[in-house]
Amino acid sequence: MAMLVFLGRLADLAGGPAREVMGGPLDSVLAGLEPDLALALLDERVRIALNGELVGERSITLQAGDELAFLPPVSGG
Amino acid sequence: MGADVRLLTAPFDPAAELAAFTAAHPQAGGVVSFLGQVRADGAVEVLELQHYAPLTLPGMTALGQAVLGRWALDGVLILHRSGVMAPAEPIVLVAAAARHRRDAFAAADFAMDHLKSESWFWKREKAGGAWRWIEPREADYADLARWG
Repeated sequence: MAMLVFLGRLADLAGGPAREVMGGPLDSVLAGLEPDLALALLDERVRIALNGELVGERSITLQAGDELAFLPPVSGG
Repeated sequence: MGADVRLLTAPFDPAAELAAFTAAHPQAGGVVSFLGQVRADGAVEVLELQHYAPLTLPGMTALGQAVLGRWALDGVLILHRSGVMAPAEPIVLVAAAARHRRDAFAAADFAMDHLKSESWFWKREKAGGAWRWIEPREADYADLARWG
């Protein structure tokens, strides 16, 4: 299993801060989620981090034990 | 000299932190600080900042190094809260110590602009019992763009 982590408003949409999913290509993983959540995760302003490292491209495949975080636009300070 | 960068999950005392920072840099001719606190504007009950551990503190640490590399400083202090805060509670404290004041002003300004727009925090506020996420403002991006 792999873990999806949702930050900010994405956690509200997902109904929680994280969710376990089967591994596989990211496209397939997203296709298995609720359509409105998948759509929000595909927003180009949402950055992604795989195992704590930002990644620029989304053609990734999740392996068992991977953690993929979805990071919406930040608002700190 | 070094950067003191911390991600805090409990309330902190900005006056005590600033006093300690200043005492640690007696050779500095000037110390500039900025304190951000939760606005008490009536309706807001609490503010919550969330962070993502693998990215947030490493990003703040990199910011501290960038500040030190850009100006001639004796030291820089970057403290940022995560968690739930009440109105008037401190959120962020940035301070820069330098031989000359202009470097200290610019360094603190730079650090704040980058904390606002580039650091990995997500902010929401509770008013009337309902939570609302705070979106980044265009002005924050414009502030950041000043630094090129």
